[in-house]
Amino acid sequence: MTAIRTQVVPDSGVKTAAPALEPLLSEIHEAGRAGRHVRGSEDADALIPNEFRRRASLDLPEITEPQVVRHFTHLAQLNYAVDTGMYPLGSCTMKYNPKVNDRIAALAGFAEIHPRQDDDTIQGALRLMFELQELLAKLTGMDAATLQPAAGAHAEFTALLVFKAYHSKRGDAARRRRVIVPDTAHGTNPASAAMCGYTVTTVKSDSRGNIDLASLKAALGDDVVGLMLTNPNTLGLFEERLREVCDAVHNAGGLVYGDGANMNALLGVARPGDLGFDCIHINVHKTFSTPHGAGGPGAGPLCVKAKLEPFLPHPRITRDTDGSYRRGPTPPDSIGRVRSFFGNFGVLVRAYTYMRTLGEEGLAEASNDAILAANYLLAQLRDSYDVAFDRPCMHEFVLSASRQRKQGASALDVAKALIDEGFHPPTVYFPLVVPEALMIEPTETEPRETLDAFAAAMVRVAERAKTDPASVKAAPLHAPLARLDEVSAARYPRLRWQRPT
Amino acid sequence: MSTVPNDLRYSKEHEWVRADGDVATIGITHFAQEQLGDVVFVELPEKGSTVRQFSSLGVVESVKAASDLYAPISGEVIERNVKVIEKPELVNSEPYGNGWMIKVRLADKGELNQLLSPTDYRSHIGETAGAGGD
Repeated sequence: MTAIRTQVVPDSGVKTAAPALEPLLSEIHEAGRAGRHVRGSEDADALIPNEFRRRASLDLPEITEPQVVRHFTHLAQLNYAVDTGMYPLGSCTMKYNPKVNDRIAALAGFAEIHPRQDDDTIQGALRLMFELQELLAKLTGMDAATLQPAAGAHAEFTALLVFKAYHSKRGDAARRRRVIVPDTAHGTNPASAAMCGYTVTTVKSDSRGNIDLASLKAALGDDVVGLMLTNPNTLGLFEERLREVCDAVHNAGGLVYGDGANMNALLGVARPGDLGFDCIHINVHKTFSTPHGAGGPGAGPLCVKAKLEPFLPHPRITRDTDGSYRRGPTPPDSIGRVRSFFGNFGVLVRAYTYMRTLGEEGLAEASNDAILAANYLLAQLRDSYDVAFDRPCMHEFVLSASRQRKQGASALDVAKALIDEGFHPPTVYFPLVVPEALMIEPTETEPRETLDAFAAAMVRVAERAKTDPASVKAAPLHAPLARLDEVSAARYPRLRWQRPT
Repeated sequence: MSTVPNDLRYSKEHEWVRADGDVATIGITHFAQEQLGDVVFVELPEKGSTVRQFSSLGVVESVKAASDLYAPISGEVIERNVKVIEKPELVNSEPYGNGWMIKVRLADKGELNQLLSPTDYRSHIGETAGAGGD
């Protein structure tokens, strides 16, 4: 296959892609073709009032069914996925998703029900949600859970609304306007705080990669809503002074939010509720193995301590004394709905299946294996790359390609070279406190020989950066597409197809 | 061109200021654009709005990250660089020239004394360019 090249459109200076490997459906359109022929219906014409009828043509592509199937199969063949290889994308927990999850989610009792059905006709689905609430609360050391948030960032926002309601109930909301985040936080943390109308104070990390306790104490005051903390943090390190951190926030009247993105390190090993957190969200699509990436769908249940339970979104699933399940009543202090119906139910079914398949011991084993795999990789890579904070890591670790950059190949170039080696690249340039960051999360589902092969590939790329950096800068050469022009794509995005004139 | 021109004042957040009478031009430094990588988006305040020293005035987004721009001095925005909004690559190619961000009418010239001299800024980026958490 030939590599794609960019060309400059005269006058505009805008770079545009040359013909792609797989044409768009609109480009293989041929008038009169169809997979199914739909007869025109006079009844339908009569049903739709004149003023609501479309005047212009829909301009949908006309294609046969095999053309559509081949189009999407070709695209899938060009793709790289967890099902085709190791995907060490740090912070994203791209573990293998057991197929049994999909099989259970496809059962008619889950897949073919409607959220407006009466409770007594969907007892199985309600029971699953009730039990998932209980399982998640138990696993995180919390007292209650809501399954509504659609993903992690949505759960952050939900939690801050719950915090606001909590402070409001105490008559304290007017002066508490500030949220504290560490400088290693996911970008969604300050964004969620801003969405709630709060200002953000960033606290730096200390020399061991923990949140700096003295700076945190200096930043605390009676205007603080709370702290948003990820543990293990985005450096893949366990916060060593967590208890003191949480105590300091609580002493200032604030609450501690746990960003559960890195929960894959803690399952059955440590419970955030025991460590001092007031709540934590769970990215079930990461930690509990449901397919994700490129925007979802995900699910971000929020687990809270009893003092925050009255403020959770409604409805939640409750169990009656007769053992039946139903959508519970709306408590007076609830913040209301944050999502239509029940959240992303299919994702929740997959997560529940995963948890029940592994059981408590299995989940603990998964976390321990994830930590072991990360440390095993780190040990093989610490001589070839700079290590941001060299101490035992949790489920992921952060290297720096600063040395390679001086030699002429940046973290981005290293990532691109790994594509030629047959691996999905790690996360790059995050967290921001590490220059030329390479954030690697192998997860527990890779066999040892795959970890060895990835380490060997990383070492080979480091060697090439030393001896032939130009070859690293030229990568990838063996991917379906060569180096993409990401800058032009961001500066001059073309979001809609236009029929050639 | 020097990467830290001698005729400018600097903030710790890597903005530069060129004061001319009571008008100051503001941009980001060569070091900042190098750290950011290719800039793809710039958001600047409207003409007529006011900015306050050391608070956020806009956003600059690169292929790597989105970062806040901080006002190195206070004042009223009398002009914003429309060219840099249309062609964000100017921030990379000419950070001290056509890649400038806004011009403000200085509220308090004394604020300039709270900024770094070229020498101090050089040692500042020497300190923060190292590896590890800073």
